Amino acid sequence: MRYPRENWDDISIVICGEAGQGIQTVEEILVKAAKRSGFHVFSVKEFMSRIRGGTNSTSIRIGSDTVRAPVKRIDIAVPLSDDAIGHIRWRMDEGTTILLDPDLSGRPDEDVPVTILEVTLKKKAEKIGGTIYQNIISAGLISSLVGVERSVIDGIVEDRFESSSEEVRKNNRKALEEGYGMGLEIFGSGGMETALKPDEEVKKKIAVKGVHSISLGAISGGCDFIASYPMSPSTGVLVDLAERQHEFGIIAEQAEDEISAINMGLGAWYAGGRAMVTTSGGGFSLMSEGLSLAGMMELPMVIHLAQRPGPATGLPTRTEQGDLFLTLFSGHGEFPRVVFAPGGPEQSFDLAWRAFDIADRFQIPVILLTDQFLVDSYTDIDRKEFELRVPLRHIIKTDTDYLRYRFSMEGISDRGIPGYGEGLVNVDSDEHDEAGHITESMTTRTLMVEKRMAKWEALKKESIEPQLIGPGKGDVVICWGSTLEIVKEAVGSIGQDVSILHFSQIYPLHPGIGDILGGFKRKICLENNFTGQFARLLRMETGVEMDHLMLKVTGLPFTVEEVAESLRKYLHQDGGDR
Amino acid sequence: MEENGPFDMGNIDIAWCPGCGNFGILRALKRSLEDMALSPSDVVIVSGIGQAAKTPHYLRCHIFNGLHGRALPPATAIKSVNPGLTVIAESGDGDMFGEGGNHFIHAIRRNPDITNIVHDNMIYGLTKGQASPTSMEGMETPVQVSGVILEPFNPLSTAIALGAGFVARTFSKDVEMTMEVIKEAIRFKGYALVDILQPCVSFNRLNTFQWFEEHTETIDDDHDVKDRVESFRLSLQRDPLPVGIFYKNGNREAYHDLLDAYKDIEDPLWNRVLDRREKLEKDIGELH
Repeated sequence: MRYPRENWDDISIVICGEAGQGIQTVEEILVKAAKRSGFHVFSVKEFMSRIRGGTNSTSIRIGSDTVRAPVKRIDIAVPLSDDAIGHIRWRMDEGTTILLDPDLSGRPDEDVPVTILEVTLKKKAEKIGGTIYQNIISAGLISSLVGVERSVIDGIVEDRFESSSEEVRKNNRKALEEGYGMGLEIFGSGGMETALKPDEEVKKKIAVKGVHSISLGAISGGCDFIASYPMSPSTGVLVDLAERQHEFGIIAEQAEDEISAINMGLGAWYAGGRAMVTTSGGGFSLMSEGLSLAGMMELPMVIHLAQRPGPATGLPTRTEQGDLFLTLFSGHGEFPRVVFAPGGPEQSFDLAWRAFDIADRFQIPVILLTDQFLVDSYTDIDRKEFELRVPLRHIIKTDTDYLRYRFSMEGISDRGIPGYGEGLVNVDSDEHDEAGHITESMTTRTLMVEKRMAKWEALKKESIEPQLIGPGKGDVVICWGSTLEIVKEAVGSIGQDVSILHFSQIYPLHPGIGDILGGFKRKICLENNFTGQFARLLRMETGVEMDHLMLKVTGLPFTVEEVAESLRKYLHQDGGDR
Repeated sequence: MEENGPFDMGNIDIAWCPGCGNFGILRALKRSLEDMALSPSDVVIVSGIGQAAKTPHYLRCHIFNGLHGRALPPATAIKSVNPGLTVIAESGDGDMFGEGGNHFIHAIRRNPDITNIVHDNMIYGLTKGQASPTSMEGMETPVQVSGVILEPFNPLSTAIALGAGFVARTFSKDVEMTMEVIKEAIRFKGYALVDILQPCVSFNRLNTFQWFEEHTETIDDDHDVKDRVESFRLSLQRDPLPVGIFYKNGNREAYHDLLDAYKDIEDPLWNRVLDRREKLEKDIGELH
């Protein structure tokens, strides 16, 4: 029996191979299998922008306690292609065990003292029916190593391939048998044993991918129309809603481009639908005129922007937080907007619901800002965290004297829709009068600008306060969106009294932010971008300067180790130099 | 103009040049809607930007006066969200075929039950006389200083080629014909294109009222509007330009009739229950 590391109840498993080898399937199967066995689980993948070939990896953390963030270290590596080891070598150390198929040509560096356990994958897969079955063999192997019951993994694989041919299902069963048996052999010969302890409560949880939490939250918020153009990493929301179009009466349209998508969305809201669009930075850029139209017409709109590194095409399948300013400043002219940035699946579900509510009540565009890391990550959560609420429709039945843009103190006019009531509903991209007709009257123009901008005050009042974790004084790490759990674990691991301030609402900021920030000593802002956009926003809004920035632009999410290391380094020096 | 029709706005300031072809189109449109006994609250006119796109402001109905080139996407969405509404997308040639060219192509492919009226004056008026996609070769403008060198866009051939169910062209001066064609287009279930030739009295010195009169010809009564190939051939004819209904074939189902959202429930989306907790509970449970 061998414990490669202390606390061997939090295991980082990495499966690496080419696109097309079915690594994603292994991920989905193992996430479910671990959770159903009572283990906490977290997974994230990194992959190249190609359909076949290249080198991709998925990292799965299985733990006795909550695991919700990526780690650099690899405890068990399963390479499935010749280039796999080279691809993940930088993450290996003396605690890494490689389940190595001798038929692969790739070998670890001599100077990295990893443990190698030989396993035959490729030849066994070929014997079963093709190299593709390496993926299910691997799934079986890992399952048995971490202590997933055979019946659990069997059930998951059966369900997963329910609609496949009898031959494929039969071969998968064989592959599972082989893999699981291999694991038992290694285990039995004292190759390794884990210290994982299952928790009955975890079995009752759900294993959710970030993107599904956005989609389900949107459905809960009453979304009944989505028009979008496929763009990684945002497409999952379109797929999720299209899958459920019959169940929930959703119109899901693949638009010819993002310009059409947002204009369709606005048409849908105008006529009484509840629309959203999902896109990434490039598509959002095309939508910026439509965003401005929502501002002028005072139409609700929900936009999901899943960030990837730019500029331009950038790294299409990877992650970054570089579009914060894009969401704040895109769209010509001045108009109110709200930007949410969820820090995990619970917040994703909640904020997607809230996006519909705020958009509808205030008749403004609301942006849900996520990223590839968040949408592609799986984690186990308590299903009660998805609070099911019923949204209200903020529309009125119109009378013959209805005026779409009737002036009001708080800037919000009753929203009528065509076909409900006697009134006429006129919306215009030109500056308009209360009836919605074109005007160039300077008085009306000024009043209309004031009316639209009057919504700011109420929006600020409803702004979500940042979540404070820790003592609330001394040093603080400020973060936003998807990085929450990474920062939580990293700060927890350095054993010092450091607070965390996480923002899930980026704009408008809560009015009390300046005071909150003023209460801290050293302020460190962590962002997955180059320029520290959120730190700049905080300075712009509050005048408060950050003492230190922790930034990353490789296209990968931060790991717990690198954040902890970087924090330690900074905190142990006295200065506040940047 | 009729003063007291249900679609009449009364005494309003109209931003068009005196003698503009738009007046004839507005008149034909209002009379069509009245003849069909539609109520202003049944009708949504969606437009883009340009002089033609101001049309909805000059008659009583619901208005969605959106962005340049973007009338068709919201029009498609409005009809699909509430199929009970009569939806018209109306703009100029620059808007529909230039800025909005991609939407024109894909709206036809989607086949929403909307009427697409294009004021085709073969020039950009509001930006002071540059070439439009339908400008004739050789036309000199402040930008196309040596004359237009691009092949003019042929909206009718394009629409027929893409499978549009209703394709027609009229001349704005012929209000009677324009009216009859618009009515038929509105009644048609599916996407209907009505391209209306119209002189720009301020900027287009080439395609004047007289030019259109001399270079248009009514399509023969014996033309088979169901014959797609013959209709396509007719649409290629440049001089004289045929006017009338080129093609009419209701063999495709309208977009909203194919949507899952209307398989079990007929109600427009706004009139549906928003409590989805039961089904969501089930879906969330499946993530087990």
